[in-house]
Amino acid sequence: MADVATQPAQGTETSTRPGFIQRLFLHNITAKVAALPMIATVLVIFVGCTAWTIYYSFTSSRLLPRNDFVGFDQYVRLFGTNRWNISITNLLMYGSMSLVLTLTLGFLLAVLMDQKIRFESAFRTIMLYPFALSFIVTGLVWQWIMNPTLGLQGTMRNLGWTGFTFDWISNPRMVLFALLIAGLWQGVGFCMVLMLAGLRGVDEEIWKAAKVDGIPTWRTYISIVLPMMRGVLITSVVIIGSGIVRLYDLVVALTNGGPGISSEVPAKYVYDYMFGGGNIGQGLAASTMMLLSVMIIMIPWAYLEFGGKGRR
Amino acid sequence: MSQTATMSGAPDAVTSSGPGPRGPKPKPFFTPKKIMIYTTLVFFSLYFLFPLYVMLVTSFKTMPEIRFGNIFAWPNQFNFDAWVRAWTSACTGLTCNGLSPGFWNSVKITIPSTIVSIFIAAVNGYALVNWRFKGSEIFFSILIFGSFIPYQVMLYPLVMITRELGIFGTLPGIIVIHTIFGMPILTLLFRNYFASLPQELFKAARVDGAGFWRIFFEIMLPMSLPIFVVALILQVTGIWNDFLFGVVFAGTQNLPMTVQLNNIVNSAQGTPEYNVNMAATVLTGLVPLIIYFVSGKLFVRGVAAGAVKG
Repeated sequence: MADVATQPAQGTETSTRPGFIQRLFLHNITAKVAALPMIATVLVIFVGCTAWTIYYSFTSSRLLPRNDFVGFDQYVRLFGTNRWNISITNLLMYGSMSLVLTLTLGFLLAVLMDQKIRFESAFRTIMLYPFALSFIVTGLVWQWIMNPTLGLQGTMRNLGWTGFTFDWISNPRMVLFALLIAGLWQGVGFCMVLMLAGLRGVDEEIWKAAKVDGIPTWRTYISIVLPMMRGVLITSVVIIGSGIVRLYDLVVALTNGGPGISSEVPAKYVYDYMFGGGNIGQGLAASTMMLLSVMIIMIPWAYLEFGGKGRR
Repeated sequence: MSQTATMSGAPDAVTSSGPGPRGPKPKPFFTPKKIMIYTTLVFFSLYFLFPLYVMLVTSFKTMPEIRFGNIFAWPNQFNFDAWVRAWTSACTGLTCNGLSPGFWNSVKITIPSTIVSIFIAAVNGYALVNWRFKGSEIFFSILIFGSFIPYQVMLYPLVMITRELGIFGTLPGIIVIHTIFGMPILTLLFRNYFASLPQELFKAARVDGAGFWRIFFEIMLPMSLPIFVVALILQVTGIWNDFLFGVVFAGTQNLPMTVQLNNIVNSAQGTPEYNVNMAATVLTGLVPLIIYFVSGKLFVRGVAAGAVKG
């Protein structure tokens, strides 16, 4: 049975044994060959390509990648570019609003769905179906609804409410809220499903105990259930957060960065400079900044999830 | 945890309204609390349903009707012209062949990408659970963390690699890309599933002398139908809805439906035809919507799978 590597945790492979190198490569050789696509993806794509991008963001590459180190020049230029600064401000504003509202609405809807209501599966079907649609479809539908002359605004004015204003899509100061409405429409249902799964995972006994102690329902939710759902909450924040950093398709479909450059986002900056502007160095520096922002979300999470495990 | 999500609709109140009083005395239905709950839920449902309604009614209207300016109005009569035009003759940039080429491109991309990515991920999951080797867990951890790296970070090097391999801008190229980026979530899915199977089964087969592939094809695969369906739903909707990879890697001959749809609406010249736009939008959303409505709770399980940690 020693060859059956079902329990490697018990240490069937010991580095002190003779023939260690052979064992490293030949032991379970079929499994290693079968896992080659995964190993290659991890080493070449996730590690290799990321390292390449970070390295070449410190070069003066323009039309083609060029291997001449110029230090932080690209980054200095990046943060001297108006469009980039607008992009990151937009992402921060949109991201914080989207994250807070998605979580709040998702939790609120999950709580409502958890009240032993009728037609639960019908409500869930309605709330989750936008999540099946692509961001392109989402963006184009809302672009039509928010059309100032023939969409919701025009309709309301034609119906007699002449002061009705819903021109967010063409108003540079409101365009982020237009994105927000479309983004929430697509994503809240998903968050609700996650939260509902979390709520259903809470022990029934907790509710009985809280009732016996006379704690009001809302208080039980905030002070007892929510902390117990820590795992689901953190996972939701990570998934929603990393989705926000990637925000691209929705902007392309809904506003294409407009009006002017008022709804530009970093992912679009990267794409436009890499494939449209022939300025690879800028694109690489911008994408490295995107990576950095994901790391800021991920590292605390990884620490909480994996670093804290020993103490619990 | 995904299990609990799928079970959520189980004690359905609708089915228990059989004849005769049973159980404890029912509480009155119209308590203020209930009214508040249902009002809120209905309000949000309207928000979620409104775009679908607008999309459908607009696609059946004629342009003069749309210019009349009532987005809520039911169409005077159901007019399928916009649908026909969206499918056959709407302009996607330079050519005016409608969405149908895009649809078939998406089919050509989605089917092989789904099959290849699921097969590779199933093998990965199986190897990670039953045939662990030195470093396999490290590779798996990096794979999961890698799924959070923004795609834009790896985009340019991937263009260079695929170009070197001669598959940039071809169907095999986009299939490889979808396989790579589908790998983390699918591997996680299969790894968790295989880990939940009884290990005795594997050991017994091993004692009987079956090898890696034989156990995989004869024991593991036949037992993993449920997770295959979940993976299938996840991949088909995910790949169908993709925009970024399609626009970068598929090449001008193979642009998927989402890209063509965006071209129809956003780079149209002349007066925009909103009914054609909306018909095209519905057409693009149709495949994932059908999958969603047919698969029901399995879809929920698929999307929740991403949230379940290994």
